[in-house]
This record gives sequence, C-alpha cells and structure tokens, in this order.
Amino acid sequence: MHVSIQQINKSFGPVRANQDITIAFAAGQIHGILGENGAGKSTLMKLLSGVYKPDSGQMFINDHAVTLGTPRHAVQIGIGMVGQDPLDVPVFNVLENIACGLQMPNDADIRQQITHWSTTLGFPLSPDQRMRDLTVGQRQQVEIVRLLIAGSDVVILDEPTTGITAAQVDALFAALKAIVATGKTVLFVTHKLDEIVALCDTVTILRAGQLVGTQLAMPVSKETMLIAMFGEFFTHAQLSAKPIPTDAPRWKLHDTQLHDATFVLGPLNLSLPKGMIIGLAGLEGSGQRLFMHHLAGITDPDRGQIDFNGTPITRANPTVAWLPADRLHEGIIGAMSLREHVLLMRDSLLAPLQTAYEKSTQLIADYAIKATPDMPLQQLSGGNQQRAMLALIPESAQGILLEHPTRGLDAVSAMTIWHRLQVRRDNGATVLFFSADLSEVMQYSDAILVFFGGQVSRLLARDTLSEEALAALIGGVGFAEVTA
Amino acid sequence: MKTKFVALRTPVIAMGVGIAITAVLLLLAGADVLAAFGVLLSGALTSPSRISDMLMLLSPLLLCAVGLTTSFAAGQYNLGIEGQMTVGGVAAMWFLRGYHDGSPVVLFWIGAVLCGMLMGAVWAMLVAVLKRYMHVSEIFAGLGFNFMALGLALYLVFGPWKRPGVASMSGTEPLADVLWLPTITGTRLTLVTPVLAIVMLAVVWRLIRHTHWGLQVRACGLSALASVRMGVPATRRTFEAMALCGACAGMAGALQIIGVYHSLVPNVASGIGLMGLLVALLVRADVRWVAFVALFFAVITSGSIQLPLALSIDSSISGVLQGLIVLAIIVARARRGEESA
Repeated sequence: MHVSIQQINKSFGPVRANQDITIAFAAGQIHGILGENGAGKSTLMKLLSGVYKPDSGQMFINDHAVTLGTPRHAVQIGIGMVGQDPLDVPVFNVLENIACGLQMPNDADIRQQITHWSTTLGFPLSPDQRMRDLTVGQRQQVEIVRLLIAGSDVVILDEPTTGITAAQVDALFAALKAIVATGKTVLFVTHKLDEIVALCDTVTILRAGQLVGTQLAMPVSKETMLIAMFGEFFTHAQLSAKPIPTDAPRWKLHDTQLHDATFVLGPLNLSLPKGMIIGLAGLEGSGQRLFMHHLAGITDPDRGQIDFNGTPITRANPTVAWLPADRLHEGIIGAMSLREHVLLMRDSLLAPLQTAYEKSTQLIADYAIKATPDMPLQQLSGGNQQRAMLALIPESAQGILLEHPTRGLDAVSAMTIWHRLQVRRDNGATVLFFSADLSEVMQYSDAILVFFGGQVSRLLARDTLSEEALAALIGGVGFAEVTA
Repeated sequence: MKTKFVALRTPVIAMGVGIAITAVLLLLAGADVLAAFGVLLSGALTSPSRISDMLMLLSPLLLCAVGLTTSFAAGQYNLGIEGQMTVGGVAAMWFLRGYHDGSPVVLFWIGAVLCGMLMGAVWAMLVAVLKRYMHVSEIFAGLGFNFMALGLALYLVFGPWKRPGVASMSGTEPLADVLWLPTITGTRLTLVTPVLAIVMLAVVWRLIRHTHWGLQVRACGLSALASVRMGVPATRRTFEAMALCGACAGMAGALQIIGVYHSLVPNVASGIGLMGLLVALLVRADVRWVAFVALFFAVITSGSIQLPLALSIDSSISGVLQGLIVLAIIVARARRGEESA
C-alpha cells in the first residue's frame, strides 16, 4: 500500500505546525521522520492517522484520494499509530484489549493471530496476561500486534523508544524489520540520530514545520542530518566527573525500607554528598522512581529514616525540587502561564501580582523557552514545557530530583539544560536523575547508583565505570560486589 | 482579541441553543412562543413589587453563586451548598432566640449573620475534611450533609423550637417584629441582602482574581499534585475556599431567616443553592460573569411566575430554559476539550 500526501498544511492558532508537506512513502520500507522538538513530526503523524484534519492538502492511498475522519477510520483503511504513551485498558488482558476494537471478534481466531504475530515479531506475549502487569515496553508490543491484527498496512510509531529498556528497543527494531519484510510500511518518528542510522531505509527531516530533507535514502551521515535539523553545527561538550566528596552529606538514608504496590526497596544505608550529579541506573521499574519520591518527601518510608541536611525530610521542604516525568499531571499547571507559576512559588501572600513579568521574561530568555510570560503552559510543546519546569526550580534548591530530565528535548536543548544543572551542582546543589538513555547517565553523572533486584549499589564514581561495565551491573552481573 | 471573541462566542451560542430548544418545547405544547418569552423576560420587571420579588430571589442566589465560584476555583464541586444555607438559617435562628425586649437589635442582626456564616463554613469544612482525609467525594458528602441539614431543621421545627401547641411545616414561632429587617415601603424587600451580596461579590472577585491567595486556590483546583510539588499549601487553600463558600451560603440562609421568613422554616434553601450551582457551572471560576448570569436566572425565574396567569403555561419552563442553557454550555466546552470546572 502506497501512502502519499500532497501540499498538507496544518496550523494551531498562529503556529504553522506543518507547511506544504508533500511526501510519498514507498511500501516495504522503514521511513524515519526526524526533527527537533516542535518541528512538526507528531502533528504530521496525527494527520496521517486521522487524529487531526489538515487545513488544506490531500492524502492518497494507492493513488486514490482519501479523507480521514477519525483514528478508527484510519485503522479501517489500513493506517495505525502507536502513540507516545500506550492507550489501553489496564484491567483487560491482552486478548480483550486487542478484541475490543475489532469489527467481528472471534476469540479463537484472535488467539491464533496473537500467537502468530508474537512469534513472527519475537514478542513474548500471552493473550491472557493483564495489561496492568506489563511494562511500558510490553504494552507497546501489544499495541503493535493489535494494529497488525486489525489489518494495518502502515504502522506509525511516535518516539517509540522512550521509556522502554534497551533489550526491548532491540526487540522492537527486529520486529519492525520483520513487519516491513511482509510488505508493510513503517513510519518511525524520532529525534535520535542513532536510531535512524540503525533502523531506517529512508529519512525525512522536518524543521519548524517544513520539510528540509525528503525521503533521503540511508546511509546519510549524521553531520548531514544534524545540519538539516538545526541549520547549524554544534559540538558535544566534553565533561569531566567530579570526585566524590566526603564532608556532611545532603541526603542520608538510615536503614530505610521503601515500598509501593508492587515493589520493596531496601533496607538502604546511603550518603549522598553535596555538590554532585548522581545518575540512577537500572532496568525500568527497579525502584528509581520510588527512591526519588521518598527523597522528595512525598512518601514516607516504611522503616528507617531519610535526612536532608541533617534533619528528617518533610513534604514541603522548599530546598528540595522534584521534577516528575508526568509534566502536565504532577509537574506544572497547564492552564496557568509561566508568570503565574513564578508567582505561585513565591511564599509571600502579599506579593503584588504584577511583579513577576521581568522575572518570567528573564527565565524565557535564559532557558530559550518558546513562549510569552502570559501564555498558558499547555499551549507549549513538550520540550518547552520541560524547559519551563526546569526554569522554575528555585534558586534556593539544594536538592534537585529529576525524572527523565531531557526526555522530549533535542540534543542542543539537552546540552543547555545540563550546563545549567552543572552550574547548580558547582554551587553546592545535589542533583539526582534517572533517564532511559544510558549514555546520558554516563555522560553527565559524577557518580552513579545502580538499582537491581530491590537493592541499590553504593555510590560509584563514574570515572571508575565504562558503559559496558555499567550495563553489566544493570543486568546484575557483579552487582553483589558493589553493594555496601 | 481573537481569543476574547472565541471565549464569548461559546456562551452566546449555547444560550441560543437553549432558547431554540425551549421554543420547540413551547411550540409542541401549543403555546405562543414569542409571548411566552416576552413574559419570561419582562414578567419580573413590570411593576415595583415584581422587581422587588425578583431582587429577593437574586440576592441569596448571588451569595450562593459567588461562594460556589470560590469552591469551583479550588476544584471542589460543592453540592452541599443547600445544606450549608440551611444550617446558616438554623444558626441565625438559634442566635436570635436569645433576644429579649430592649436588647440592641442591630447587634443581634450582625450576630445572627455571623453565626450563620460560621455554621455554613463548618458544614462545608466537614465535607472538605471527609474528602481530604477519608477520600469521600465532595459531591456525595455534600448531598449527604444536605439531607442532614434538612433533618436538623425539621427536628427543630417540629421539636424543640415548635410553636407552642402547634408543630407545623410553616415554621417555628416567628421572630419578634423588631427583629425583622426593615423593608422598602410597599414591598417585602430589604436592602441589606442585595447590598451584602454585592459586597461579597466584590470581596471574592478581588480575592480570587487579584491576590496571591486566589492564585494558589486556582492552582489547587487545576492540579493539586503540581501545586503541592511547587510548595502551595493545597490542603489549607482547599479548606479555606470551601469554608468561604460555606460562609457565603450560611450568610444567605441567615438573611433569608431575618429578612424573608422571620422564623425557621424547614426549606430555608428552597432550591436557591441548586440554582446557584447552575450559575456556577456556567461561569465556572470566572467571577466576572456571576452577577449577569444570576440576574438573568432571577429575571426569568421570577418572570415565569406570571406565565400561568398570562398564558396558561406552567412556570417550570424557566427551569427547563436554565437547564438547557447550562447543558448546552457544558456540551460546547466538552467539544472544545475543556474540563467542566
């Protein structure tokens, strides 16, 4: 099935998200869609999958003009999309999730198809597993199988490697290659160059809503792609790790045990020093998030104690900043502007409301946020929301806890953010973060804590670790030797 | 400019849809549609006594709606507003029962209103506490407390506070005449209630829109988790907003006792709190529109009383129109992907 679009335009208010986009996607290939945050990738994919309607332009399937009304209509025509966050019914099992959207579901038939596609794609799925027991990566696998059973000839994936483990990334890539081998088409949206190089047959590059490279046959050099994405060259800053200081710690955990619904971590005895960037490494869901919630004082430990600067941590400690991954639910208030957030975080009830304009303008300039001080944050792109949340970390913060700090950010923005965090670190703040990207953990941490099997390693100086050694520890190889 | 236009367009269209469906219903009932709308809109304004009756509805309605915009801003659907109004009336009556000949009347009026506000606030706080610490939805808790407030009023009317010899739904022993709020000659309207309603409107408007406190309350309503993360004392702000709403409702209940009923009647709230909820659903936390919408609702509700006399149409059509407009607005918002509060 050939999909092509001609002269597609889509605007959101004054923002022209897609301008005059014309592309034809050949069947049987993996097509990479590359661009920095806000380049218009997600918008284009949502137009293709019927989530949005174009302002103008035409779409063709096998040279017949089509108009897509809804995602359901798109699936019937043969175009399916796996979103950034899997949308499924957690209390359903795999079979029910797949069956509930189909026209005439026949359980035995679907079971057989699930087995067929799981085998073909190398996904270890069972029809009777409950969705809520699966990891994000497995739920994504269910979503792909669902689209294939629904008869999709074109499978769109929007930043699919976000939040899944390295092994799941490998499985995903192998599966996508198997899918195109059957004559189907895959559109793969990413801002990671390595993934384009490893996976794609062609690459299409967007910048500021416009095509700057259309269907370039791979291999294309990384430099070429970077220039197309950013219109300029940049180099990676070389960073050196700080040695682990031994003076009074920022956080101290005494025989602390933590738990959530499914997981127990500890008992832990740890000292986290002042003035360090500490990366939390481990397989997805090894307790990193739980650990952070406790360091932020959001949840109390079952047992033991957590001190911050020598006193037990409390929920409302103004010198600890926690930046959750779920920005719009836990991090910021979508309907409020940056200026209102600046005001909100002041502790004086009497501060006049007009005064935050200059401060907001300053933050917008410092953090390169594409917004005005009075624009509601929900109108910003994901990357700009992330920058806004980082900009709002109070100057007084001595402990900074970050979940996926650069998720959804392009390389240049990520570097800018890390530069600012390093300045905070040099001023004495302790920064903890976790990221799905192991190279980010290696590149920016001064020290690393490895999470494995309900335990946490002692603080490991980054300079003593290679990426291979860290990967081994994450998998549990040699982990016993690094626990305190 | 464009966004302002869009913001205004939705309510106008919704109002049009509400009016259109009501017109169809009137047609189906065989009524003269234009004449019916004429009576609805002008019935309340044709004589001084009708205008004063309309203002007697508008004043407590405005107090409730103003209170509800505060609780809406904090993200709380305070369905307990009727109960808060009722206990406000009970508390006012309790205070006024301490009056003896020769006591300073004005102090008793002020005391009764303050008692009503305090009791309304306490009743609302009970709901807020249940929500915060026991995870009971404020919608169900509020409804439950409405029945309890009604039960309390009924108990007092038929029990300890009943008229000597007769226990009747028509209320307790009336207040001494000197305790009745003075009315404008020839009408039953007292000026105290409308003036206090406008004062509360101004105070709440200022608080919600122009103070740091109001900003924090709105933040709690939009995202409690994010507010807590950023250091907003969310529990406190939510409690304060609920208490302020309860105080407004309690004030309305107290003023209904002193200014209108002159005794404790079981049905102090008489649906005014629920109509306030409709107003608040329309304007949400946007205090600017409260007065206009409340006025519109009061006008058509009062006007509808003339319908059976003038055109033999049941007065309930005003409720149908109000309900349809609110429904149309909520549908329009949902279509735009907004939340209803």
